[in-house]
Amino acid sequence: MEYTILILILPLLTFLALGLLGTKLKPTTAGCIGTLSLALCALLAYMTAWQYFSMPRVEGVRLPVTPFNFEWLRFTQYLHIDLGILLDPISVMMLVVITTVSLMVHVYSLGYMHGEKGFQRYYAFLSLFSFSMLGLVVATNIFQMYIFWELVGVSSYLLIGFYYTKPEAVAASKKAFIVTRFADLGFLIGILLLSFYTKTFSFELLTSGDTSLFAGAAGTTFMGCSVMSWAMALIFMGGAGKSAMFPLHIWLPDAMEGPTPVSALIHAATMVVAGVYLVARLFPVYYFETPEVLVLIAVVGAVTSLYAAVVACVQTDIKRVLAFSTISQIGFMMVALGVSGMEGHEGLGYMASMFHLFTHAMFKALLFLGAGAIIHAVHSNEMSHMGGLRKYLPVTHITFLVACLAISGIPPFSGFFSKDEILTATFMFSPVLGIVMSFIAALTAFYMFRLYYNIFWGKESTHEHTPHEAPKNMTLPLIFLAVVTLFAGFIPFGKFVSSNGMEYIIHLDWTVAGTSIVIAAVSIALATWFYKGSNPIPNRLATTFSGLHRAAYRRFYMDELYLFITKRIIFNCVSRPIAWFDRHVIDGSLNGLANVTQWLSYSIRGLQSGQVQQYAYVILFGSLLILIVVLLIM
Amino acid sequence: MNFLSLFVLIPILTMGGLFLSKNLQQIRVVVATGASLLLALAVGLVFAYLGERGAGNTAEMLFTADTVWYAPLNIHYSVGVDGISVAMLLLSAIIVFTGTFASWKMDFLQKEYFLWFNLLTIGVFGFFISVDLFTMFMFYEVALIPMYLLIGVWGSGKKEYAAMKLTLMLMGGSALLLVGILGIYFHSSTTGALTMNLQEIAQAHAMPENLQHWFFPLVFIGFGVLGALFPFHTWSPDGHASAPTAVSMLHAGVLMKLGGYGCFRVAIYLMPEAAKELSWIFIILTGISVVYGAYSAIVQTDLKYINAYSSVSHCGLVLFAILMLNQTAMTGAVMQMLSHGLMTALFFALIGMIYGRTHTRDIREMGGLMKIMPYLGVCYVIAGLASLGLPGLSGFVAEMTVFVGAFQETDTFHRVFTIIACTSIVITAVYILRVVGKLLYGSVVNEHHYALTDANWYERFSTIILIVAIAGIGLAPLWLSDMIRASLGSILAALQ
Repeated sequence: MEYTILILILPLLTFLALGLLGTKLKPTTAGCIGTLSLALCALLAYMTAWQYFSMPRVEGVRLPVTPFNFEWLRFTQYLHIDLGILLDPISVMMLVVITTVSLMVHVYSLGYMHGEKGFQRYYAFLSLFSFSMLGLVVATNIFQMYIFWELVGVSSYLLIGFYYTKPEAVAASKKAFIVTRFADLGFLIGILLLSFYTKTFSFELLTSGDTSLFAGAAGTTFMGCSVMSWAMALIFMGGAGKSAMFPLHIWLPDAMEGPTPVSALIHAATMVVAGVYLVARLFPVYYFETPEVLVLIAVVGAVTSLYAAVVACVQTDIKRVLAFSTISQIGFMMVALGVSGMEGHEGLGYMASMFHLFTHAMFKALLFLGAGAIIHAVHSNEMSHMGGLRKYLPVTHITFLVACLAISGIPPFSGFFSKDEILTATFMFSPVLGIVMSFIAALTAFYMFRLYYNIFWGKESTHEHTPHEAPKNMTLPLIFLAVVTLFAGFIPFGKFVSSNGMEYIIHLDWTVAGTSIVIAAVSIALATWFYKGSNPIPNRLATTFSGLHRAAYRRFYMDELYLFITKRIIFNCVSRPIAWFDRHVIDGSLNGLANVTQWLSYSIRGLQSGQVQQYAYVILFGSLLILIVVLLIM
Repeated sequence: MNFLSLFVLIPILTMGGLFLSKNLQQIRVVVATGASLLLALAVGLVFAYLGERGAGNTAEMLFTADTVWYAPLNIHYSVGVDGISVAMLLLSAIIVFTGTFASWKMDFLQKEYFLWFNLLTIGVFGFFISVDLFTMFMFYEVALIPMYLLIGVWGSGKKEYAAMKLTLMLMGGSALLLVGILGIYFHSSTTGALTMNLQEIAQAHAMPENLQHWFFPLVFIGFGVLGALFPFHTWSPDGHASAPTAVSMLHAGVLMKLGGYGCFRVAIYLMPEAAKELSWIFIILTGISVVYGAYSAIVQTDLKYINAYSSVSHCGLVLFAILMLNQTAMTGAVMQMLSHGLMTALFFALIGMIYGRTHTRDIREMGGLMKIMPYLGVCYVIAGLASLGLPGLSGFVAEMTVFVGAFQETDTFHRVFTIIACTSIVITAVYILRVVGKLLYGSVVNEHHYALTDANWYERFSTIILIVAIAGIGLAPLWLSDMIRASLGSILAALQ
């Protein structure tokens, strides 16, 4: 399967071509080049998937394939960064997800970004992102993953800041990069620790289940935890940063300043699930070596999911609602990994997490692209400027509804199947966690339908000109993704992806499934009651619990906290004093030394006046002085 | 004659040519020819070196030549290169070349300017090809003195103050260094036949350990001043801020590397026991440099100050890595020297180009320049991304090699300082993105800036060469890393 290398090379070449030629190309040409190259990539990815999954299993297990690998940089006798391609069930699945969503976004952007300044640049960055993301998922070793991890970070930075004359966009891009960079610091230290003890970066070796690799770290502890736990927790920190886990989530809502198709691609479907992918990739290490970190992952996932769901219920900017919903759903995936086991039926969580990643990518991309079509029509992100749009945007309306039903967990839409597996897995792990996750699922259905009704139903607001449906190249991707969302749930996912590579047979647990359907239905009914017409209850509730409402609206003041830490502490209490110290104390003492030297020479230069009489005096008095001293001593 | 001596001869001939040239046109032809020849020579040297190594030549130094220069003190003019000096020579040639083009529009006393510039070049190249302590020291001084005039005459702002400060501090360092070198010289042999030859001194290994404890700090600090070792770095912000563009490029890009190279080649190689014994002191100081420089850069408003403090941080990492005393970290140190040299030269070139147009370096008085000069803007972003360690550009490979190398030292002290040094990757991102955000993005602050033009041909030419070099190292680091690694054998053997 050597041709898989083309999946990486094509977008890279496209990026270079579009980036270097830039405005010399016509915008349409640039867009078409980008889209065509991605279409080819998608085809190759489907071929790869077809070929990989049709390979025979060895002793019931799907073995990884490495069609391509070479040494790129050598550090020590054992440690070297390789660049290569590793194909295994999850990386192949990710190839399919990324190329599909990316292709949809490429097509959609032809319409959405039409006439924007910097259209060529936009497509260049999209290609750069696709290249980096694809490189990330096929990484053969953890350092290669780190390399592409940084590259997706930069592409995200460039795309969030695409409208670089807009101060909010610039601030948001900066924030996204710095917050994730901070998380990457943890990732890097984690990699350094892990590789120091295991003497390898290779995923294949690390996840081979060979416990002798980790023997070197045995007995080394730091602050009460084993060094391996620290390493794996720090690596998870990197994943938490990219996947916007609480408290490192603050960059994601702001990242919505970027163009909406970018939000769909990067901040909903692909890059933000990189953290989940990372944990899944290293799952055997977590499971066998540091099970306590898995618990931490589950807890972080649950807290994030709950927090984001609550916040999403009161946001008024439709992209923000979707952003928090993304955070919440990624929390689900993390929880599923955290509660998962390895063998047989215990591996449900892992399979469910990957399944949810897959379905979520499709329906969340659909939601964002739908939101883009809405914003395109009304030129605003605010819910209050919408309402009653179903008449004007029929295609967007139906596809958006499909996605809302999917994320709420209504059968037969895809989200139902994957979310239900996650709930089953959490109930198996701990009933308390199961109940919490079910509650979050209820919140999800509620806020999604609050969003849906506020956009498409409710009171119509006045528009400057009548909103109209988006052009064909925007609605086609919507329809495609809606169809995928409709049918993806029936994919026998366990046949393809599972924790130990063996086939996993999915059984629906109807007690859990039934309850979750009922819960979702009730939440949707509540949202319908509240928001379909103009019901005064939501406003009344907001005034009654005004404190809570405001806190949730301001995202529980997390941004203020960060601002306090960065502006007040880092900037004013660390950097300023250091800069002052440097100029005044260190440099000051040097200047002082120079001044003292100068002063000294000024004060003694009178002795060298060149006047003979003065010299004679000095000689005379000097000799007398010496004489007196000598006499006195004698 | 040995062809390494051409590195010194070409600038001398260029100076001769400058004396003879009558107008600006001729001056430009002469300096461009000289710089191009040097670059060609350096590239040729890389191929010759790799070819020779590939053919199985395992001598420590290649292309050696030796001439007695002053017999009574056994001083030789002795040259030779290993992988590390080859890397440094390549760096110097690239920067001299691009610096020459960055000075294309020098507006007064061009002939004198280029004369001093070439004298500086002689010093730099002479330093890197020498294997004799005395010759090395002499070239070192030759490289420092022209700086005084280049800043004092062609500089801007508080140029007299800055030139004086820089020269005095570096001369102070040289004074310590001279004492150290004399110390080494007088203990260079057990038989009484004193020598200045680096390899012979290392082989004889005659200096007793208690004396090493005296001379190691002298030499290390002496070179460290030039390598921006905390707390002897304050010449750097003022000096860079006042220096003309090409001088900043050459100074930060190459001259600061003389410090790192000297610490490595003289202090550690010749006094390994003291290096092992006393490295902790300097690890603390360089560890401070790394974060201290980065934090200081966050609040600066002058572009050159930001870059100067950033250099303190990056060069701190060079010395930090050298002090880890293991193969990987030292390889990383040399790569970091190369990487920092290239990207800081790019930065200073761009700052000069921006300053030449806006006549300010204060980021509060600029904004939205990306719209007006997209070419320079994109280059600045690339330089910034290289500086914050984006994979695919040179900064990443260098930093990662340093960090992985430093992590091979297992005791808590090394671990703590390594982790502290690692945090610089975040702080660097903060100050780089702050500048990029204020300078290039947002709305245009000053109405007059709309009339400014983008880069012209010689500016494009010099920036493209630097970017290609940065990306080249970042994309294909293995040959460089292997070349450096293979040359560390003797120094590691001394440290055993």
